[in-house]
Amino acid sequence: MAFDYEKYIRPGKLPHIWCPGCGHGIVMKGLIRAIDKCGLSKNRTAIISGIGCASRLPGYVDFNTVHTAHGRAAAFATGMKMADPGLTVLCVGGDGDGVAIGGNHFIHACRRNIDITYIIMNNHIYGMTGGQFSPCTPTDGFASTTPYGNPDPVFDIAKLAIGAGATFVARTTAYHANQIDKMIVEGIQHKGFSVIEILDCCPTSYGRRNKFRSVVEMMKQHKELAVPVTAAAKMTPEDLQGKIITGILHQEEKPEYCEQYARLIDKVQAQTAGKG
Amino acid sequence: MAKKTALIQGNEACAHAAIYAGCTFFAGYPITPSSEIAEVLSKELPKIGGKFIQMEDEIAAMAAIIGASLCGHKVMDASSGPGMSLKQELIGYACIAEIPCVIVNVMRGGPSTGMPTGPSQSDVMQARWGTHGDHATIAVAPASCQEIFSETVRAFNLAETYRMPVQILMDEIVAHMREKIVFPEPGELEILNRQLPAVSPADYKPFDTSFGDVPPLAAMGSNYRYHVTGLNKAPDGFPTTTAELVDAEERRQLRKVEANASAIEKNEEYLVDDAEIIILAFGITSRSARFAVDNLRKEGVRAGLFRPITLWPFPEKRVAGLAGQVKAIIVPEMNLGQLIHEVERVVKGSCKLAGLGRVDGEPITPYQIIDKVKEVL
Repeated sequence: MAFDYEKYIRPGKLPHIWCPGCGHGIVMKGLIRAIDKCGLSKNRTAIISGIGCASRLPGYVDFNTVHTAHGRAAAFATGMKMADPGLTVLCVGGDGDGVAIGGNHFIHACRRNIDITYIIMNNHIYGMTGGQFSPCTPTDGFASTTPYGNPDPVFDIAKLAIGAGATFVARTTAYHANQIDKMIVEGIQHKGFSVIEILDCCPTSYGRRNKFRSVVEMMKQHKELAVPVTAAAKMTPEDLQGKIITGILHQEEKPEYCEQYARLIDKVQAQTAGKG
Repeated sequence: MAKKTALIQGNEACAHAAIYAGCTFFAGYPITPSSEIAEVLSKELPKIGGKFIQMEDEIAAMAAIIGASLCGHKVMDASSGPGMSLKQELIGYACIAEIPCVIVNVMRGGPSTGMPTGPSQSDVMQARWGTHGDHATIAVAPASCQEIFSETVRAFNLAETYRMPVQILMDEIVAHMREKIVFPEPGELEILNRQLPAVSPADYKPFDTSFGDVPPLAAMGSNYRYHVTGLNKAPDGFPTTTAELVDAEERRQLRKVEANASAIEKNEEYLVDDAEIIILAFGITSRSARFAVDNLRKEGVRAGLFRPITLWPFPEKRVAGLAGQVKAIIVPEMNLGQLIHEVERVVKGSCKLAGLGRVDGEPITPYQIIDKVKEVL
């Protein structure tokens, strides 16, 4: 039987705002399948976003949803998770939202290792505002504010997350639709801060400025450049130049922030009781 | 049994009052001269099972308290000028999404880094208009450690009652001054909580105005699922650009404060009944003003003090009324003229008006006020 997405979509909220060819819808479906596989309760799941095309996702899905301010999803989510540690908290958003304006919140959420799953749809561009370059636009790439090519170096979101202390970091692409839900399931089930970077396509603002004749061409590129992490382990750095390593890139066990704080409360209350 | 008393600092009184009011979540970022509030709450909140988190910046602290408030906690954040400038983004979010929260601003000199350890009252207009767009504002300005306690409790009550951010404006002097305070017994001060939905989850709308101008707010993670956004929204919480819906929501958010202004307003009046001149002052400046009034009275000048404890909404009817019965109003404030503009707006030329500003990091003295009164009369 076909998967019933309707169960998780808010009635009357579609069609979505995304352009034809945008990969955000593929990610949304993957997210829904992952939540279903994890058996999460709608009432006990919160999805938090910032601002941008990808950040419109929460409006379409039937959970506790907060469309916050630009870049602030991780900080709102931190407050919610601290306030109610039993709540499953997920963040969704784009690359500019997450690692430019939201970069500070992102790295500190990684550092705290708070049990939140952050899904970044990296389409290398600010789509909603008309295609300005983001920290993830390839160097020399074209955007509405890089008419002569992008002079900036690129952020590697996964490396940033690992460096900042995230304890689960995975990467896949919108082409690898079946891997999206698998990675999100792993992220949700991991205790700690999980980052899932999903390379996505923006044919409207990125593709047409960068000589992609169609979104199919953009997705084919993701397919061709993708190297599973197991295969990448056997390749030389030279061979991996320009490739997209996919799969679980990093996973480790470390104390989770809310559990650490709960232990702190227990300790303080035991001391206070002892003083009687 | 005698009530518990203590010799404590204004910032400490504020922190203890937050717990008395039911605050269970504080997020902050270190900044002089507000840091003691965070320090006390980092120590006290875990004792009652509450949460304290020091965030990565001032914006994040606002985000965290809004998130925690959405999950049903009573929340607070404390900062000062430069931090308040950063927080304006999410104060606006709390306004439009109607999330109860209390933000303490221990005012220091500015603009920018200004004078971190110097007192100031220069964020009067920032408190009112700091975030962009039309919005209602509630701000209170206590003048003593005892009043910091009671006004902090009242700030939580106002935030919960009107479902919005409430600012506590303290100057560095009241915040760092030590005075004896008497701790109220549990139940002695009124504690108010936000209105929770009475309808079923299926019928719940986060901005349902059929219950009045302040819609009930369900905790996220309870059985009520809903959507919150910083976009202009319809009563169901989802974004809208429908002209009449946007207009109705914007007007309601102003009306919920304007229509309740008399319940929110709180003033202290001292010797105003027969006054020929009124000194209108708040915070630490009002204490110099009171001393000035006593001395002027000894000299036969019929001076009085009007002290707004609620700064926003401004007590316009009362001030307009007083203006009609006096020769002059003097507005001393530790800035170069902010609250005086509001006084001028409501006085409409019906009496003489003079300001007295000071921005050198020193408080306005009673003698400065006395000299000003003599100059004006």
